[in-house]
Amino acid sequence: MDCNQVFVSKVKRLIVVFTLLIAFLSIKIDTFAQVDSAVVPVDSLVAGSAEAVSGEHGAAKHGEEKFEPTKVIMEHIADSHMWHLWGHTSLPLPVILYTANGLEVFSSGHFHHGEHDYNGKYNNYRLEEDHIKVVGADGKIDEEASKSILDFSITKNVAAMFLAILIILIVFISVANAYKKRVGKAPKGLQSFIEPIIVFVRDDIAKPNIGHKYAKFMPYLLTVFFFIWFNNLLGLVPVFGANVTGNIALTFVMALGTMIIVNINGNKYYWKHIFRPDVPWWLYPIMIPVELIGIISKPFALMIRLFANITAGHIIVLSLISLIFIFETLAIAPVSVAFVLFMDVLELLVAFLQAFIFTLLTALFIGMAVEEHH
Amino acid sequence: MDLVTPSIGLIFWTGISFICLLILLRKFAWKPILGAIHEREQSIDEALNKAELAKQEMARLTSQNQDLMQQARAERDEILKEAKTLKDGILNEAKKQAQVEGAKLIEKAKIEIENQKKAALAEVKDQVSSLSLEIAERVLRTQLDDKAKQETLVANLLKDVELN
Repeated sequence: MDCNQVFVSKVKRLIVVFTLLIAFLSIKIDTFAQVDSAVVPVDSLVAGSAEAVSGEHGAAKHGEEKFEPTKVIMEHIADSHMWHLWGHTSLPLPVILYTANGLEVFSSGHFHHGEHDYNGKYNNYRLEEDHIKVVGADGKIDEEASKSILDFSITKNVAAMFLAILIILIVFISVANAYKKRVGKAPKGLQSFIEPIIVFVRDDIAKPNIGHKYAKFMPYLLTVFFFIWFNNLLGLVPVFGANVTGNIALTFVMALGTMIIVNINGNKYYWKHIFRPDVPWWLYPIMIPVELIGIISKPFALMIRLFANITAGHIIVLSLISLIFIFETLAIAPVSVAFVLFMDVLELLVAFLQAFIFTLLTALFIGMAVEEHH
Repeated sequence: MDLVTPSIGLIFWTGISFICLLILLRKFAWKPILGAIHEREQSIDEALNKAELAKQEMARLTSQNQDLMQQARAERDEILKEAKTLKDGILNEAKKQAQVEGAKLIEKAKIEIENQKKAALAEVKDQVSSLSLEIAERVLRTQLDDKAKQETLVANLLKDVELN
């Protein structure tokens, strides 16, 4: 790779910047958390016998709030109807429900972190474990009705994804403009950071795997690569950090896209390989189902791989942070922060690696589908 | 289980936004970027090819120059050689002619000398004969004064005749 040198140095610079950022923010979170746990007992003392107003304490018993790492981690990993920023501050997000009667749009702020029900146009809704449920006339959750509504809310992951898309569009359209402005000249600034990556995707992912027909698939491969990479990186930013690429719904869509692209472009050799493989005819009852499963299992593996890698990374980082609260001592904090730092740097690598692997395998599958046999 | 159950909302939004992103990027980003990169690569390729061609042209010109030089040198040598043979030829010719001319002159001189010699000899003979006649006359005059001596002379003469 000609661009390897430039690319490596750029990545190194990026890693340093991100490391500093993450280290800074890790410390920040740490102090916040410290303040938070220190405040809780005082808070509940002051509140006295009255129920705490804040939603996070509504269900909690008086006195010390029990720290449940699994719950906290799972809450961070999972999607949410609110964008939790820090402490008790959350950003309400729009809820969009498709019911049998029509669309229902309102702000998730109306739920007050699940404490209040919301009286919509058609139904009453309650937020239970971050799922919107229909409340029946008797004040209990109507599971049947809940199943019939479809939740198209702009959740935290959707919002984070939109933000990522916005960033991607800004970055790449400005880079494209730079190309238009500096025709035939050497790249400069952001352009010179992006170009080696684009050339890398083209020369080391698309060309070797797809062959001479690679040009047709370049837009898809590049979009997939940068979409996953940017989302992975944004997922690592504390406070912002939504687990977008670690959500199976997103990886499902990406894998579905790859499956569609591969099968639409599959030529006669590809289909012959599936329906008339080069084996004795009596093996067909085994081979054809296996090949058909292969059509599904290849993108399925893509889906699981990305989801599991990113989610695992988030879980590890959160678990290490949780250590401070599990041990209830500041002494463990330096160890925890050191490990988190290490993990975050590793996650930076994983963020790139997973985007790379997803794109590489997509290119490989496309290559297998469009390959000509002579 | 919640973690591995894809939610319809996120699938929907991801699908929509990914397709939008793909379309927008393809039109506004990938096309110009890939086009520009491709164009730049081609222009670099072209420039390199041109440089290579120029190098070949240079080499060709150099070799041509050398050829010309060699040719010129060969021509010069040729001319020199020709001139030399010409000179030799002329020299030889001149020598031969000179020799022939010399031989002729010598021949002439010889004939002249011969003629002169013959003339001189004839003159000498004439003079000798006239001298001898004079001498003989004088001798005879003196001798014939005496009768006896005349007779011996005639006898001797007769003897000679008889012998012949």
